[in-house]
Amino acid sequence: MSAAVHTLGARRRRAALRTLGFLSPWLIGFSVFFAYPLGATVYFSFMKYDGFTDPVWVGLKNWRYVLFDYPFFWPALTNTLWLVAVMVTLRTVFGLGVGLLITRIKTGAGVFRTLFYLPFLAPPVAATMAFVFLMNPGTGPVNTILDRIGLGEPGWFNDAQWSKPALTVLALWCIGDLMVIFMASLLDVPKEQYEAAELDGAGAWARFRYVTLPNIRPVVLFAVVTGVIATMQYYTEPIVAAKVASGVIGGSGQHFEPGYPEKSTLTVPQSVYHLGFQRFDTGAACVVALVLFVLAMAFTYVLMRRGSGFLKEDD
Amino acid sequence: MPATRPRARAVAAVAAAAALSLAAACTGSNDTGAANDDPDAEVTLTFWHGWSAPSEVEAIEANIDAFEKEFPHITVEAVKGVNDDKLNQGLRAGGDNAPDVVSSFTTDNVGRFCSSNVLADLGPFLDESGIDPAKTFPAPMLEYTRYEGKRCALPLLGDAYGLYYNKDAFAEAGIDAPPKTLSEFEEVAKKLTRPDGDGYEQLGFMPNYQGYETTVEHYGGQFGVTYFDDEGDSNAAADPRMTELFEWQKSMVEELGGFEKLRRYRNTFGDEWGPKHPFHTGQVAMQMDGEWRGKMAADAGVDFEIGAAPFPVPDDQADSYGKGYLSGTITGIAATSGKKNAAWELVKYLTTDTDAVVDFANAIHNVPSTLAALESPRLNDDPVYRTFVDIAQHPGSSHAPSSRNGGAFLLTLQDYGLKYESGEEDDLASLLEQADEQIDKDNAQAG
Repeated sequence: MSAAVHTLGARRRRAALRTLGFLSPWLIGFSVFFAYPLGATVYFSFMKYDGFTDPVWVGLKNWRYVLFDYPFFWPALTNTLWLVAVMVTLRTVFGLGVGLLITRIKTGAGVFRTLFYLPFLAPPVAATMAFVFLMNPGTGPVNTILDRIGLGEPGWFNDAQWSKPALTVLALWCIGDLMVIFMASLLDVPKEQYEAAELDGAGAWARFRYVTLPNIRPVVLFAVVTGVIATMQYYTEPIVAAKVASGVIGGSGQHFEPGYPEKSTLTVPQSVYHLGFQRFDTGAACVVALVLFVLAMAFTYVLMRRGSGFLKEDD
Repeated sequence: MPATRPRARAVAAVAAAAALSLAAACTGSNDTGAANDDPDAEVTLTFWHGWSAPSEVEAIEANIDAFEKEFPHITVEAVKGVNDDKLNQGLRAGGDNAPDVVSSFTTDNVGRFCSSNVLADLGPFLDESGIDPAKTFPAPMLEYTRYEGKRCALPLLGDAYGLYYNKDAFAEAGIDAPPKTLSEFEEVAKKLTRPDGDGYEQLGFMPNYQGYETTVEHYGGQFGVTYFDDEGDSNAAADPRMTELFEWQKSMVEELGGFEKLRRYRNTFGDEWGPKHPFHTGQVAMQMDGEWRGKMAADAGVDFEIGAAPFPVPDDQADSYGKGYLSGTITGIAATSGKKNAAWELVKYLTTDTDAVVDFANAIHNVPSTLAALESPRLNDDPVYRTFVDIAQHPGSSHAPSSRNGGAFLLTLQDYGLKYESGEEDDLASLLEQADEQIDKDNAQAG
């Protein structure tokens, strides 16, 4: 009896080890690239640490500083939330619209697909610099055209009221990624459902509302969730735009206050960089990073919960 | 199930402890010990610097070649175009690939470098070499290369700020000489300004805090603001000079067309380091700038004669005319370097060898950073450039104080200055009190 139990136990241990062996690549990756950095970030958020000297325990001091005294935190958070609300929504709607348009084009669809996709391949730094020059309020062609047709001359990247809309325009220009996934999902909608809806007298809007949308809901949810996470990490475009628009692009020794003009393009990841790598305040930078992490998790959780109705029943 | 809970908790605790211990283990501390390497050994030094333009890189390489001839046992591997962000990360990381000698364009970071011991204390090296800093370097440059008594850097060329003006525009407006006081300056700026609808055909001067070099600290050099009291607390509100500065700057903004109009015009400027700089294009007739602007404007092929003079001073300080704001490049030895004696030879050569300093200053059109080099007859005799050499030697020239928090306090003042000039806030006394409060909070966090 005891020999049988021993054999069974050994077999279970071997099975457990085998399972662990198969899981180990993921476990190692998870530990090294997620669990450890997360643990370290929490640890450093309670430390005074400049990267040069040993960390010293300071309790909640970094948290108090970031939440109540750091002048860049709330503007950065507000801007990031604005971009999440406006940019993600518009990108999703625009991506879906372009996808719908292209799936309906009978001739030259390939050309339009290429034209809409190409901007997505442009390096973000180059694309941003090009947009800042094109939208320069004084010398750019965009305002020259707007002025000629009587639509006024927005300050775009040089005006705190217009800088985030300008970044949104740039994001819409780079819609190629969403266009492709929406196109794929739109082409996957069964044609017979459209035919049945037409036989029932459904118009274009009704077909979209009751046939297209239910079929592509998982893709819409995917676009929104990945869009929210990407926007939470939005860094390159706003900082390049701010530097180019402020004109201090090449001044190594100059003070550059992130978020030009007037903190309007400051995002949370920029605050992490500003604190951690420019002010040498790793502890406070970790606090901002944790707030970003919690927000991203919360957004994702809410979207997944609220969006569960978006998933088809068989998903 | 209940039986597994304590085990799960134990595993979680062990994992958390492991993560925390890993985090603790990965935090290196810097070796700030004395240099103990053989100064005569064959070594290769890594030198990180920020110069990137071909002519600048050629000039620093020429200096390094001359050094290697004088010290044949030392080879220098120079890494160009290293900005402060990269520099900070390299100094933090340490290790074999980290630099032995570094230079930075940001004098405001010296406080951070010194207080965090990331750069070695140069005091013992200077003593051992018999170099008296006070007899070697201009006083303001000595100030901005140390923090709380610790000298962790030395000046490697300097920058002096003054006034550039378009001589043709002056002649056209019937102005004979550059202004010396701020009231004269205001009159001249208005005379030179030619409005054109919502913009300008020519603006006399862009006083806006976003006008590139028209920053609080550069203006502050003319007013003699103090920034901190004896206790180290921000004293913007208590310093009448700071109030004068803010009020004068705002009055200039209003006299020249108002904040919105100036901002719209500012948006039409090319970038500061490009050929379309507003002074080059004639969009502004006067510009506060450093000694490099003269050469940059000449290289851009401007079609007017360039004049240079010290920036005007407040009327009640007319006798201090000639002074200006000073900053420059600093250099030091990484605390983690295991070749500090060899590194010191390079730092000493670059910063104190008169020929090296003069050649480098002439080549990149910067102001020399030693007293001997400033007096050298070999120095470029271009009168525009010489104006800035004179500013660098003026006893009233100054630099903002070093701070543990780098230049954060200057950015804060600038931020509040922007609120004042734009009219977002009108109560200057309250605004400066808020600035003090913010600066003190930031410094407390950095401390």
